Amino acid sequence: MAQAKTKKNGAVGKKLVGMADVVIAAAQRAKDPAFEIPIRALSNVSFNPRRGLIEMGEKKQSRSFFNVGMAKKFMQTMLVADALAELQQADLTTSLREIYYRTKHTIQDSHENTFDTQDESDPIIEDLEVSLVALREELHVRAENSGSIVGPVVFGDDGDRVDCAKLGKGGYSVPSIVEPEYLEIRRCTADFLLLVEKGTQWNRLSEDKFWRRYNCVLLTGNGQPPRGVRRLARRLHEERKLPVYVLVDNDPWGYYIYSVVKQGSINLAFESQRMAIPKAKFIGLSSADPERYELPRNVGIKLNEKDITRAKELLNYQWFQKPAWQQEIKRMLTSGLKYELDALANKDFQYLTKKYLPRKLKEKDWLD
Amino acid sequence: MATKTSSPRTKSSAPAPQFETTVPESVASRKRPSSREESAAAVTAVEMGARQREISVSEFFTKNRHLLGFDNPRKALLTCVKEAVDNSLDACEEAGILPDVTVKLETVANGQAPAAPSQATRFRITVTDNGPGIVRQQIPRVFAKLLYGSKFHRMRMSRGQQGIGISAAGMYGQLTTGKPVKVISRTGPRAAAHYFEVQIDTKKNEPLVHENKQIDWAQPQGTEVALEVEGRYQKGRASVDEWLEQTSIANPHVRLVYYTPEGETKEYPRTYHELPPSPKEIKPHPYGIELGALLKMLQDTKSQTVASFLASDFCRVSPALAEEICKEAKVSPATKPRDVKHQAAETLYKTIQTTKIMAPPTNCISPIGEKAILSGLYKQIKGEFYTAVSRPPAVYRGYPFIIEAGLAFGKGPEEAAKPQQAAVPLAEGEDQGHETEQARVIRYANRVPLLYQQSACATFKAVLSTTWRNYGVSQSRGALPAGPMVIFVHMASVWVPFTSESKEAIADYDEIQKEITLALREAGRRLGIFLRRRERAASEFRRRNIFDLYIEEVVAACNRLKGGNLPTQKLKEQLHKIASSRTGGLKTDEALGKTGAGPEGLPSSIIVTAEGIEGETEISGQIPATPAAAAERAQSEPATGTKRPVKGRGLPDKTVKVGKGRSVESTRAKAGQQALFVDEQLQAKKVPFKKKPAQVSATRKRK
Repeated sequence: MAQAKTKKNGAVGKKLVGMADVVIAAAQRAKDPAFEIPIRALSNVSFNPRRGLIEMGEKKQSRSFFNVGMAKKFMQTMLVADALAELQQADLTTSLREIYYRTKHTIQDSHENTFDTQDESDPIIEDLEVSLVALREELHVRAENSGSIVGPVVFGDDGDRVDCAKLGKGGYSVPSIVEPEYLEIRRCTADFLLLVEKGTQWNRLSEDKFWRRYNCVLLTGNGQPPRGVRRLARRLHEERKLPVYVLVDNDPWGYYIYSVVKQGSINLAFESQRMAIPKAKFIGLSSADPERYELPRNVGIKLNEKDITRAKELLNYQWFQKPAWQQEIKRMLTSGLKYELDALANKDFQYLTKKYLPRKLKEKDWLD
Repeated sequence: MATKTSSPRTKSSAPAPQFETTVPESVASRKRPSSREESAAAVTAVEMGARQREISVSEFFTKNRHLLGFDNPRKALLTCVKEAVDNSLDACEEAGILPDVTVKLETVANGQAPAAPSQATRFRITVTDNGPGIVRQQIPRVFAKLLYGSKFHRMRMSRGQQGIGISAAGMYGQLTTGKPVKVISRTGPRAAAHYFEVQIDTKKNEPLVHENKQIDWAQPQGTEVALEVEGRYQKGRASVDEWLEQTSIANPHVRLVYYTPEGETKEYPRTYHELPPSPKEIKPHPYGIELGALLKMLQDTKSQTVASFLASDFCRVSPALAEEICKEAKVSPATKPRDVKHQAAETLYKTIQTTKIMAPPTNCISPIGEKAILSGLYKQIKGEFYTAVSRPPAVYRGYPFIIEAGLAFGKGPEEAAKPQQAAVPLAEGEDQGHETEQARVIRYANRVPLLYQQSACATFKAVLSTTWRNYGVSQSRGALPAGPMVIFVHMASVWVPFTSESKEAIADYDEIQKEITLALREAGRRLGIFLRRRERAASEFRRRNIFDLYIEEVVAACNRLKGGNLPTQKLKEQLHKIASSRTGGLKTDEALGKTGAGPEGLPSSIIVTAEGIEGETEISGQIPATPAAAAERAQSEPATGTKRPVKGRGLPDKTVKVGKGRSVESTRAKAGQQALFVDEQLQAKKVPFKKKPAQVSATRKRK
């Protein structure tokens, strides 16, 4: 077994085995075994304005075994650690859902399952990521492939040459693990990267060959971009010096997607430094655009209560304190309306490609 | 009741049994005035006047029998049994005799082949008691005249109130089968037994005597009523069986024998050997009368002056207070009562309502009593915890009343000891299938069980509005609390405000509601104490259980992480040791009866009374009889062929709390008290008591 561990994964594998050592050591000293797990919540993150990142604080929570409230979680943590170690040894990658199935069984002599739903196992994997300071990719856990990329960029994936300029309008499906060991950026001649929130609008731009005309890379994460997409954007930004523009709906969720790309998310604050793109720009849809681009009022959607609450939360986040942003969000609240990117089709099917984005780029009309 | 109406509905004078007359056409047309005017044969006032006539009460109730609880055959059967048993119990208690009542239900073939009880449509109900009997002259009127009785005019607590019940039952029998009521009554061993067959003349509301003779009767004293009625026998909710069972809960001083139509004999033994204190008769309280009633009393009184009228015809009005009321109402105390009229009477009435008058005396009410309720609940309902609460008397509309609540919780030790189902691995989205059994509410008014119209009853509403969650019982919004629980509510009063004549639900007066709520809260609080304490012991156990379960998993995971060469046994032992030391160690074992005293949890029932809980300091003290002792007790009962629902359920040794502690005196007192409860047979054998000394000393040692 020990030999099966490859050099590459040795560090993470050792950390996982170290968890068993904690239990054994505590048992020998008749102590309650416990792990320290950094807290993943708003209370334990702070915005570093100098670096432009959301950073995780120092607050930790102890997870101990002999505590009725935590015993089950502790047991689950051990099971997940065991499953992850198994992956390390076999050098396989797996999904969150497979981990859940792998670790689920009924505890002997009882009615109780180790896990009842995947909602119980997912946070434990995140707990392990933060407490072991190991990335999900390093733990060999992948997320769903749910991003697409198209444009003048060439990747090497498992030895295959992937030229994203020659993949038609469908583009290349971004894998969930895009670390250099898995995905190599061989060539990139683009001038900038456009990250689009919605797959539908990405399709529009791809179909219209917007990327060819403006020499850019088009990337989408279908909603909140998954790690792979964010990490790839970051790599293109960092390694190929591509400026990143984010195109989202004009609603609080769109703003938040932009902020996650730019500063990192609260839940994954510990990964901000690898994922965030502090120089990313918000290109649209801005709450000023309906007026500027003469969108009729009737293509707007009334903000619901949730939207309003969320917008007010955003107003309080440290990373939305720039006057331009305060103005942007307040303008949306005042108008009481939100706009989808799709609403631009009201003017013309190709309005986004032919008018909106060209004008935006020409006027350098974006928010930082 | 004898209301005069202008409706000529009961115009036809059909012979007695066939009263289902069709409505004359003229009535139907009269309902539409416009068509009446148009019709050629317009009716003149004179013609109408010719049709207007008195309606007898009996005729009225023939048409409106649902008002008395005869709406459907099943309910009718119950109502007949109920009326007969109520009368028997009232009579026995008033005469100071411990009631011994036999109820017999038989199917009547009625010319066809005998049907199975569940299919039969005709029944003979025979109710026999050992009461004082009825004097010969009164028999026909008691059983065949509506609104004739001793109870209506008195302010005294009794089961019956109006004097309708038994005659209405007889009339129902007469209507549906044509058979008369058969009555045997004997007032004493030296008196002769009289046999009567009576029917009601529904037009005149007078009895018709068909048969009247002296017979030989085996019983020295008592009354037997036999009715033949159309009915339907069905077990379950709101059945005769349920009613009798509930009656026996609230009347543990009654010995009840019930012969079911299926040929079974159910015996509800007497477990409480004392008659409830006889209720006293009282005068009306000034707060309880309406203006009309006051006017009538002013006319009818024998007193010479208003002041003496107030002081003598009402309770709680002293001569001084009477003077004060008169002064306040600006009526001269010396005025003749008959001269107080109109405005003056109204002022007097209002003054009375605003004057502070002492609450009516409450010795007119005879509550069941906490001990008797406990004994009744214990006898009939399996549970692990019983409690009973008697509220102090209160007053609504000038009528004194007492609310009593009882509570039985749990499935009983036998049920709890049953092995759990085999484990099936649960898939996502499945759950353990938690039990959603709801509590059962049993309601009583003057010791009579109420089975119908539960949701209209003040008691039921009070149960719903009590926040049972505060007492550790789950309850969804607007529903009964969930759990194996029986909630007992009794209202005793000189006048129970029913929502209808069929006496099915108690009306929702604020004062009554409040008292019920207070009683339920007290019972709930005690249940809460019991549950919390049991929970505490169980949660320690569960904690350790959790750890025991998880230790296996954690050790297995560690072993795999370490490449499979871990001394797993050693690690397990180390972890178990930590678990045990962190969850109360041996103490929990003891509290849960793991040291050999019984099955998990508390093996037998606990009774909490107002003084608190027995064995306050120590949970282990409550583990009373061992299973072996219980078995011994069960065996000691003579094996009878009949099915006895209460077999082997005498009170366990240590369940009754007496006084402050476990002193020697209190133990003796306890034994004495139990003598009241325990079945005669058990008492004779003294089996449970043999265990006692050993038990007490064992408890001491543990302490």
